[in-house]
Amino acid sequence: MLGIRIKSGIAFTGAIRNAVQIFCVVLGVACFPHLVAFSQPKGDSFALNLPPGVLEPIIPEDNPLTKGKVDLGKKLFFDKRLSVDDTVSCATCHDPEKGFADGKVIAVGIQDRKGTRNSPTVLNAAFFDTQFWDGRAITLEEQAKQPVINPKEMGMSSHSALVEKISNIPDYKTSFKAVLAADQITIDHIAGAIASFERTLITFNAPFDRFIAGEKGAMSESAQRGWQLFQGKARCITCHEFNRSYPFFTDNKFHNIGVAMKGKDFESLARKAASRGANPSVLAQEEGSAELGRYVVTKEPKDIGAFKTSGLRNIALTAPFLHDGSEPTLESVVEFYNKGGIPNPNLDGGIRPLGLSEEEKNDLVAFMESLTSDDLPRLVSGHNP
Amino acid sequence: MSTKKEGKHKQSLYPSSAGISRREFLKTALATGVLATGAGCAIRVSTSGAQQVEIKQGTNGFTIAYISDSHLLARGKEHRFAKALIKAVEDVNNLKPQPDFVLYGGDLAQLGLREELSLGKDIIAELKPKLYMMVGEHDWYFDMGEVWKEFFGKPTYSFDHKGVHFIVLNSVVVEDYWSEAKMTPMERMLFMAQLDNPKGRPFTVGEEQRKWLSDDLSAVSKDTPIVIFSHSPLYKYYKAWNFWTDDAEDVQKLLAPFKTVTVIHGHTHQVLTNKVGNIAFHGMLSTAWPWPYAPEGIPKLTMQMDRPDPFNQFDGMGWGIIDTLPNGHVNKTYKLWERNPMFVSHEKVSTGGGFVSGHSY
Repeated sequence: MLGIRIKSGIAFTGAIRNAVQIFCVVLGVACFPHLVAFSQPKGDSFALNLPPGVLEPIIPEDNPLTKGKVDLGKKLFFDKRLSVDDTVSCATCHDPEKGFADGKVIAVGIQDRKGTRNSPTVLNAAFFDTQFWDGRAITLEEQAKQPVINPKEMGMSSHSALVEKISNIPDYKTSFKAVLAADQITIDHIAGAIASFERTLITFNAPFDRFIAGEKGAMSESAQRGWQLFQGKARCITCHEFNRSYPFFTDNKFHNIGVAMKGKDFESLARKAASRGANPSVLAQEEGSAELGRYVVTKEPKDIGAFKTSGLRNIALTAPFLHDGSEPTLESVVEFYNKGGIPNPNLDGGIRPLGLSEEEKNDLVAFMESLTSDDLPRLVSGHNP
Repeated sequence: MSTKKEGKHKQSLYPSSAGISRREFLKTALATGVLATGAGCAIRVSTSGAQQVEIKQGTNGFTIAYISDSHLLARGKEHRFAKALIKAVEDVNNLKPQPDFVLYGGDLAQLGLREELSLGKDIIAELKPKLYMMVGEHDWYFDMGEVWKEFFGKPTYSFDHKGVHFIVLNSVVVEDYWSEAKMTPMERMLFMAQLDNPKGRPFTVGEEQRKWLSDDLSAVSKDTPIVIFSHSPLYKYYKAWNFWTDDAEDVQKLLAPFKTVTVIHGHTHQVLTNKVGNIAFHGMLSTAWPWPYAPEGIPKLTMQMDRPDPFNQFDGMGWGIIDTLPNGHVNKTYKLWERNPMFVSHEKVSTGGGFVSGHSY
């Protein structure tokens, strides 16, 4: 491990990341400062500005980060023309002013069509192993391709329809040619640019980060107690994993905590979903099967009703919470867990009633509020379409 | 690895690459590079319903399920051990199609008390398929099997199913050390319930039962596939924890003339695979708690399950599926509750080829 020199923009395997994570946790200090992505920009290659010791996100080798792509991607991200009736852009549901989510219970697309899921934030999504609440896309590129053709979101009839529309816009035609040397624009070019932009939407520098770095006064006493509870009595850390090399508060796994389990016949829904062999992205949009969660991807009965562990950075900005937006505030989320979720045959083995006092619940909320990054205003102000 | 190569490689490992996270995939890819000694993937982790374990080659393959090592305490159905057993029963009942029968692998009770066995009997009565019972030491040593025999019949027996000869043994026979020490029934039971075995009296099948086995086998042709259900492993893994059958060689000798022999055993509460001579050995998961791997003696063929998360009351536990192939050999699937299933094919047990460590979630 010590012999490896990491240059920016190069894929970092998960196995090594795991090993380094353990190593860093054991040492308890930010280690390997040399691994930070501060290489000299070569031409227009773009370096992500990461704190020392934080492992780089995996970037597909065929879509290295360049300034040109980031700028082009940003333009696309805010462009409502990516929807069939020019009313919805990525930023509609992933609004910089709203923590790159939308403040709604369930996402609303073109013509007021309601989807099936609460919009997750784009912030730090570059670091997650999978995208969507059911993990049905792995890379940001793959994710970006789905909302554009989702009839309840942006409603384009197909990827080629989108490509044709974009190709007929002279500005884009020029930009794609200049940035990507693309005479013929493809959906991969479009998704690749959007993904590149999203990779810059990363945040650190929260009061919590300063506290961990040694500044004891950075978090309130209540938040500090909350952090202890988070790692102990409240049992959050078991799924909302944290360590300094991967400080995003998610284990990237899928857990059934009982959300929306009431009154649904999951057995027959699951059987129907499995027998249809339908595409996960289709199943995830249908009202009944959307609640099956991870099951629509893996078809493993143990995954019925299991959803991806969210990250917690900037969580205070992205109410309402959970995959169906059913919990309006951080307080109500804490209470949901305190009660032990909603019992159902598939409830995750890590969920149980917690017996938290009122003060303890408030401490947990204070802790979560300390995860809001000071970087955000810079990110937001840069994006006024 | 470029995404193009990633794609091709993914396809060779998983016919359907939907839903595999990058972290999981890269872990696999790394492991493949280091560990694989033969072509093709040995351990296939089921990631889509289409690959769910039913492997029917011809008309004579069949599937059975097992639940094992529940260690129930007489604390009602709200206790987590009872909840776990109920969860397993529901999982088995939800299998489509239903298995031909279910084996209960022993240690239904923790202390062999009537109330515990009664609770267990009530819960497993809900199983829809036919049920065959096997005894473990926790069921037996309080009253030397009185209540067990009353509820479930003889501990040692055999039966035939679709051309396979099944034998159920009581392989937790222990030489009497309690009479001389004038132990009470509960003292004896608590002693047997320990993982460490300080008195050094190992499990055996015993002379009487070996004789029964020999007689039983004399009526079976050498070509008939045999599957033995046993609580102790019928081989020697780790003596200090009684992961051990002391007369294993004698038992294996009785089985040596037979072409196809598989042992399915409980007691070890972990993913365990072994082969000795002509016999394949597969461990069963517990519904109650996982055991760590022993400090030594782990069979070479075993692909170990990841260390369970102690915060999670179901991690490292589950139940399983035994696919009996037309040739009488067995494919084994460990249905872990908090992870992807682990699949051990007969092919890899027999060739001992390289195992790919699949992603566990």
